[in-house]
Amino acid sequence: MCNESSHDKHAFRKSRRKVLKGLAAGIGALALPATNASASVWEAFFQKNFRELNKTELNQVLARLEGEYSKEYGKQVTVKATLPIEGVKYGYGLDLSRCIGCRRCVYGCVEENNQSREPEIQWIRVMQLDKEKGVDLSHAEHYYNPPEVPQEGKFYMPVQCQQCENPPCTKVCPVQATWKENDGIVVVDYNWCIGCRYCMAACPYSARHFNWAKGKLPKEEMNPDTHYLGNRPRPVGVVEKCTFCIQRTREQPGRYPACAEVCPVGARKFGNMLDPKSEIRYLIENKRVFIFKEDLNTQPKFFYFYAT
Amino acid sequence: MKIYVWRCLSLAIGLVAFGAVVVYAAEVEKYFDRHGTLIVQEKVEKYKRRADEGTTYPVPPPPFSEDIFPCSDCHADMEPNPQRRELVDMHEDIVLNHAEGQRWCLDCHNLDDRDTLRLISGEVIPFTESYRLCGQCHGDKLRDWKVGVHGKRTGFWNGEKQYLLCAHCHNPHSPSFKPLQPMPAPVRPENLDRQGSQAAPTHN
Ligand code: HEC
Ligand code: HEC
Ligand code: HEC
Ligand code: HEC
Repeated sequence: MCNESSHDKHAFRKSRRKVLKGLAAGIGALALPATNASASVWEAFFQKNFRELNKTELNQVLARLEGEYSKEYGKQVTVKATLPIEGVKYGYGLDLSRCIGCRRCVYGCVEENNQSREPEIQWIRVMQLDKEKGVDLSHAEHYYNPPEVPQEGKFYMPVQCQQCENPPCTKVCPVQATWKENDGIVVVDYNWCIGCRYCMAACPYSARHFNWAKGKLPKEEMNPDTHYLGNRPRPVGVVEKCTFCIQRTREQPGRYPACAEVCPVGARKFGNMLDPKSEIRYLIENKRVFIFKEDLNTQPKFFYFYAT
Repeated sequence: MKIYVWRCLSLAIGLVAFGAVVVYAAEVEKYFDRHGTLIVQEKVEKYKRRADEGTTYPVPPPPFSEDIFPCSDCHADMEPNPQRRELVDMHEDIVLNHAEGQRWCLDCHNLDDRDTLRLISGEVIPFTESYRLCGQCHGDKLRDWKVGVHGKRTGFWNGEKQYLLCAHCHNPHSPSFKPLQPMPAPVRPENLDRQGSQAAPTHN
């Protein structure tokens, strides 16, 4: 297993500065905070990469963010930075023989993860496909809306970040604002992301989403239990995606991801792939399993399976 | 496209231990072989209500409709009627649509104590263990259910879990899963207002 946090730490700052400089040269202006900006805006601007922060600095950053969010959303917001659990590699299973395409997972995710309601951002996309044609994306229907699902002759395939073991998205990031953690979750440091969207282009699953505007997130719907690398409110101009509900699943005991919890048919399975007694291991070893776009060698830790 | 992932998986994560789950499954598997055939007959034993009722697998309360349980509220004073017939005074809403040709209420419900269920072996079980009733004929599903693959477990992936009963998703009398109304479709890209400043996007 590769430990990416052991990279040369200075690389982050240097390369980000270089990119920003390049941008400035290209467009003639560097987007510096306005001169009347508050101290915390300046602090955020000069914040180091998440992986470079020492404990004191990290606590300062978390405290600053908690203060900002609590004020903005009018409630006590927690920003955790819980580390990966030793000996855990997360895996996800989705039973295509059960899923009925009801989209409860899509909205469960939006609520848990503080996605923007407008403009609409959804980390899960459900495709309706023809049983006869199988997983042939040229027939994928994203906007199906019949009175009832499942529809005769159709099956449904939800797609979200596949948490690749060999993620193409992280490799193209010019500032290393996105990386794979030791528990396998691919994360984004929203304070470091420069919004170039190379990662979005590199992702074969269209699982990354860009914040074009300051998203609307009603105060009363904001989930105050957040993680720095997960569901905390995102600034404008950064990329976001599914993190297997890092704010839930890294706890001990850790709840199931929100999408698995709301699924009314029990099609969504989650657990530790290194634990031979976990449901994810059982299904990988006993069921007919496939991974999406296998030929790209991205090695997803998201497994589609047929239980029947 | 349907490629099996053994190779990739073991490569990426270095999983081996193929036998482990089989052993594990065998440990919890008490009544059925892998084809769902009953292989161990249990002792016939009158079910006694215990304080730790239904501890085999922790489950949420069975999904009874209001005011129906305990059944003995009515049935305690009634003469049990084993006759197969059309019910008219009560339960007339219960229409069997579940291998109904060969079946009657008392294949599952206990004639002598309506607050319990009765297995083919004669063993009497509480409603909190109704999965065992279903497992008599759906052994493959029960086996998957026990490991959390069919049906659903709630709670903590690395801690305490609860198992939804088969009856939480399937009406035992008419068990096919009932269709649902889907939640709204996403906004089409051409209708997506990226700045989020204008009126509500159209769902269609
Ligand atoms: C396949 C086995 C099976 C058969 C056959 C069956 N039942 Fe049931 N029945 C169950 C189970 C299991 C439950 C428990 C559901 C639950 O946990 O809420 C149940 C629940 C009930 C309830 C409570 C329903 C409610 O609204 O909560 C009634 C009343 C009932 N059965 C009556 C009958 C009658 C009358 C018949 C015959 C016409 C019958 N059952 C046939 C298995 C069966
Ligand atoms: C409100 C009173 C009431 C309750 C509560 C009630 N029943 Fe009944 N049940 C009846 C009546 C009355 C009949 C007879 C109906 C007929 O003959 O048309 C009956 C008949 C039945 C029968 C058919 C066999 C027989 O003995 O007549 C079954 C099986 C049964 N009930 C199961 C249940 C179960 C299981 C429950 C609890 C989940 C339950 N009932 C709760 C009133 C009740
Ligand atoms: C005595 C044997 C028997 C028992 C006990 C039994 N079933 Fe069945 N079940 C069958 C048979 C046979 C079929 C297929 C025929 C049919 O669909 O009517 C079936 C079909 C089903 C189906 C598929 C229905 C469909 O239309 O797709 C479901 C779901 C199901 N059973 C659930 C249950 C549950 C839940 C229980 C426990 C409450 C249960 N069964 C108990 C024999 C049984
Ligand atoms: C979380 C909900 C849930 C629970 C709990 C659950 N099931 Fe199912 N079950 C489903 C769904 C969804 C289907 C697919 C139905 C469909 O396609 O119409 C299904 C299908 C089935 C079928 C039909 C065969 C097949 O593979 O499609 C049987 C039989 C069945 N279940 C038995 C059981 C038994 C027995 C239990 C308990 C041990 C159980 N189920 C628990 C949701 C559930």
